[in-house]
Amino acid sequence: MSTDTYTPVEDTGFGKKAAGPVGWLDDRLGLAGVAKKNLRKVFPEHWSFMLGEIALWSFVVLLLTGVFLTFWFQPSMSEVVYDGSYAPFRGLEMSQAYASTLHISFDIRGGLLMRQIHHWAAALFVGAMLAHMLRIFFTGAYRKPREINWLIGVGLLALGMVEGFAGYSLPDDLLSGTGLRFVDGLIRSIPLVGSYLEFFIFGGEFPGEEIIPRLYMAHILLIPALLLGLIAAHMLLLVYHKHTQWPGAGRTNDNVVGYPMLPVYAAKAGGFFFVVFGFTALMGALVQINPVWAYGPYNPSEVTAGSQPDWYMGFSEGLVRIMPNWESTFLGHTWSWNVFIPGVGGLGLLFTVLALWPFVERWVTGDQREHHLLERPRNAPTRTGLGVAGMTFYGVGWAAGGNDIIATQFHLSINALTHIFRIGIFLFPVIAFIITRRICIGLQRADQNKILHGYETGVIERSPDGSYAERHAPLPVTEQYRLTAHDRLPALEAPAETDENGVALPHGRVAKVRHRVRSFYYKGAIDKPTLAEVEHADEHLAEIEGHPVHLGEDFQGVSETGIPKSH
Amino acid sequence: MSDEIQSHDSSSTPVRTEPVQDPGLQPHQWRPTDVDPAQERRAERQISGMFTVAALLFVLFAVSYFAIDSDQTFLNWSASNFALGATLGGGLLLIGVGIIQWAKKLMGDHEMVEMRHPARSSAEDREAVMADINAGLQESGVGRRPLIRNSLFLSVGALAVPSVVLLRDLGPLPHGQDETVWKKGMRVVNDVSGLPIRPEEIEVGQLINAEPAVFFPAEGEEEAEVHGHELLAAKSKAAIIVVRMRPEDITPSEGRENWGIDGILCYSKICTHVGCPISLWEQQTHHLLCPCHQSTFDLADNGKVIFGPAHRPLPQLPLGVDSEGYIIAMSDFPEIVAPSYPELARDQKRLDGES
Amino acid sequence: MRFSVRTLSTRRRHPLAGLVVLVLGLVAAAGLWSALAPKPAQAEQYTARDVEAGRELFLIGCASCHGQNAEGITTKDGGNYGPSLIGVGAAAVDFQVGTGRMPMAQSAPQAPRKAPEYDAEETRQLSAYIASLAPGPAIPAEEYLNYQDVDVEGLREGGEFFRTNCTACHNSVGAGGALPNGRYAPTLKGVSAKHIYEAMVTGPQQMPVFNDDLITPEDKRNVIAYIKRVQEQPNYGGIGGGGLGPVVDGVFVWVLGIGGLIGFAIWIGAHGARSKKKKA
Repeated sequence: MSTDTYTPVEDTGFGKKAAGPVGWLDDRLGLAGVAKKNLRKVFPEHWSFMLGEIALWSFVVLLLTGVFLTFWFQPSMSEVVYDGSYAPFRGLEMSQAYASTLHISFDIRGGLLMRQIHHWAAALFVGAMLAHMLRIFFTGAYRKPREINWLIGVGLLALGMVEGFAGYSLPDDLLSGTGLRFVDGLIRSIPLVGSYLEFFIFGGEFPGEEIIPRLYMAHILLIPALLLGLIAAHMLLLVYHKHTQWPGAGRTNDNVVGYPMLPVYAAKAGGFFFVVFGFTALMGALVQINPVWAYGPYNPSEVTAGSQPDWYMGFSEGLVRIMPNWESTFLGHTWSWNVFIPGVGGLGLLFTVLALWPFVERWVTGDQREHHLLERPRNAPTRTGLGVAGMTFYGVGWAAGGNDIIATQFHLSINALTHIFRIGIFLFPVIAFIITRRICIGLQRADQNKILHGYETGVIERSPDGSYAERHAPLPVTEQYRLTAHDRLPALEAPAETDENGVALPHGRVAKVRHRVRSFYYKGAIDKPTLAEVEHADEHLAEIEGHPVHLGEDFQGVSETGIPKSH
Repeated sequence: MSDEIQSHDSSSTPVRTEPVQDPGLQPHQWRPTDVDPAQERRAERQISGMFTVAALLFVLFAVSYFAIDSDQTFLNWSASNFALGATLGGGLLLIGVGIIQWAKKLMGDHEMVEMRHPARSSAEDREAVMADINAGLQESGVGRRPLIRNSLFLSVGALAVPSVVLLRDLGPLPHGQDETVWKKGMRVVNDVSGLPIRPEEIEVGQLINAEPAVFFPAEGEEEAEVHGHELLAAKSKAAIIVVRMRPEDITPSEGRENWGIDGILCYSKICTHVGCPISLWEQQTHHLLCPCHQSTFDLADNGKVIFGPAHRPLPQLPLGVDSEGYIIAMSDFPEIVAPSYPELARDQKRLDGES
Repeated sequence: MRFSVRTLSTRRRHPLAGLVVLVLGLVAAAGLWSALAPKPAQAEQYTARDVEAGRELFLIGCASCHGQNAEGITTKDGGNYGPSLIGVGAAAVDFQVGTGRMPMAQSAPQAPRKAPEYDAEETRQLSAYIASLAPGPAIPAEEYLNYQDVDVEGLREGGEFFRTNCTACHNSVGAGGALPNGRYAPTLKGVSAKHIYEAMVTGPQQMPVFNDDLITPEDKRNVIAYIKRVQEQPNYGGIGGGGLGPVVDGVFVWVLGIGGLIGFAIWIGAHGARSKKKKA
């Protein structure tokens, strides 16, 4: 099994037989030219680099299970009389869409399983995209040259949510119909053109006969095609830019250290596909999702307590719930701010902020360099704080979207909850920002202490005069390097407002604003130690020969709590 | 911008500025499976074991597919769903874990280093491309023949016309939404059963989910006047609730004093916020809650909004009694039902003008 | 197994023989009774003694809030300390007391369901007393509670009535839901057919009344049949969220789904055990 007994593949029996067809292909496609660059392409390894992969593989699972579902699903709103296996509905009038969904669930073997896998994979697809995006955000991986890929990612997230909503609406059960009714109200609330959009989208008055066939087209053709295109672009850019990596010994901004595509990365990524598929299949086997038979067919005069959208629309739903009831009439028109602002404005704001952020940050920091090393969240306290504030904002909206369930499960008043969320959506993000930034700065200080004073060994020494002190020992140099391999803080000089003759400089005001924002961005952050400080600390720590007890050869640095790690 | 951070100049002599020097890649450490043949064989057996079990599970999948009836249960779940999912999922998971384990334990794990290149193209490439573009533009004469160029832009821009016009038939133009199927004299009937209602049948504290009589077949008829998707569209505006309160609890606003029958009032069932049907009526507080976004209306006080995101009060339908003693509507809704839309103010004005 | 007179005779002194005879006798008597006894018309018949016993129980346990003659007690500011029970009928008492809602343990936005304080006989006597004050909804007859006998058509109609009148508050599988200011529509899980019926005719607390004129006793039986069916049928797809819908699914997605897959990612990315030895 060792390499010395290895026979090159072209010399094996299989290789000799395959040589002809492979040569034939290369004669026509020139595959070797592409393969040469990519087969042994290096990818760095870290668990957080695999979040996007979860989304990618969920998407593949969605394509596979979705194709299965299309064999039986009928996207029609024509009324039929149900005559399937589910007894409580026998003889009931319902749309073909709902009847065929029941047919898939009860009369096609494995149909319920595929429906459940499809729904779980959809919820995971959007969830993994969001988790992946948070990882990118908090490590600064969207910085130059990856801004375009960030924008593609924002587009994928938005499309994924629309795709999910379209799928949620297709079965035409009471829950999905209630969701469509909400969307109808949302579309109507769009100023000036609301009624026109409503009539064009629904083919007349709600619910009409067209919306499910149209959503079906969008769900299985239009949006998946757009998603596929954007995913391809996302991956190509990933390959072109090469993956970012964490800083560490030997890992610089100019190289990438990791395992080659063939065989290790291909095996791990390919294996992960099977893991994601298997995992969603097990969820489909064990955990019930969207039991459409429980809700009954859509009827505009019926509703169920606990009507909710799927989780990724919960944020919007929550904003709609906590919005004050503003509506005004002017210019002869009705303006439904109570629906339009939270419903259209909420997600609009979220995606606008996401799309603009890399450019805003670049404007604030003035950083024009390429970045291939990730930044630890603590080393960008303001960005991390803003990120957590954004998550809190999203989280409050999300929780508000389930306020009725929270009220019944925890015996709270739904009115009190609504009031708390109304205030909390503004207050909690601010608190979260302040706390997070403080924590980041505290962690930076802890890192600095570890460099300058060594790590805490846990050995308590008693001095001759009776006082106690904990012995510190220097960190291994690889660890010291890891903790200091980030940018030094820039000097923050106030920009000159006037030139030497006292004439106001052009852009003086913009520069002033920028300076102020910049000071806020870097406020409180701890710079890494200077060379002189470290040299001084080295002298001081040199007296100590490592850990006073015994470090051993296996010593691998220390954990966050200062405990030496060894294997 | 003087304070711009300049990009690294790699050619300058290295001056030590960093507090800690990069110690470089650390020497490779071997895995137990690299140095211990026993461990290696164990990993090999373990991995091939996973693949074999996965194959067996897929066979079991086929067995469950044919052997388990759709109505059999297991732990009160569908046995078929469970067996199919567990075998398929288990098998896939084992394949995945096996492949990854193979990569982790047995495949070479020497870290490799690849150098990066800047994302931008080289200066020569940029120059060459600019030269090509200029050559092309010059030969095309785009700059020299503005007439051709601009008329081309015009024609391509005009392509928007057919593209937009083609979409016109997506739906009819909005025609105002101030009418429902209710009209004077139409009976209020119980939803589902379609039976007409007499005032004396209704107790104080009673809630009736009701509909206009046209949604149900008239006597001797097979099919209702309104049916199919037209029924759904009509229902999403005309559905109502009828409630009875003690007359002394009700505070009708001016002009509404005779809209009820001895404490029996009728309101639209469609929320004025985004259109959920609402019937969560609290008989003691007379409050009506929407389960979708918690808008709360006071039915004893003309359907006024007392909480939540809805703005307009719930429209009320004036009631009367016909010659046979059954409850009827005295007109269509005097206010616009269902969620607001831009032309609502205009349509409401028209309604007010009619009455 | 073959039974002969001899076998029976040899076992007649078996220690359980007496019990067997007793059970057989009771079964026979019950069968005879059910065959011969007159069917109760609509309401249960109460004797004067029931009424008297109920009045005594009422004076001890209920009068402090509902008044000595069940006329109700009004607070100073005109609120309801305990409502009047005149005309609420036996069904209301059977529901409120039988589900443990009354007597209330403490003042609350809503009386919760709990273990009943009174046994079946005492509940019957209390019902008798309240029913004697004024006519009101009676305890439903057995024939409208036999939801097992409902056929497919009845089940379908019951479902339609249920979704039109009940799910808005009680949820499509009867899991309950939120009402304003801390009140709630309770879950229908584990509620007996009789109590569901009584709740519909009496409209306890904030629940509206659905009387027999507008939703007939047969319709009510169908509704009960549908509720029981959706609650007793298998959870086809696996562990269910108790009918709470997409919020619970979202929790599963993030905790189990994303959480579990990140667990796998951490395993894939982990550096793994290393050996001190060098490869030969």
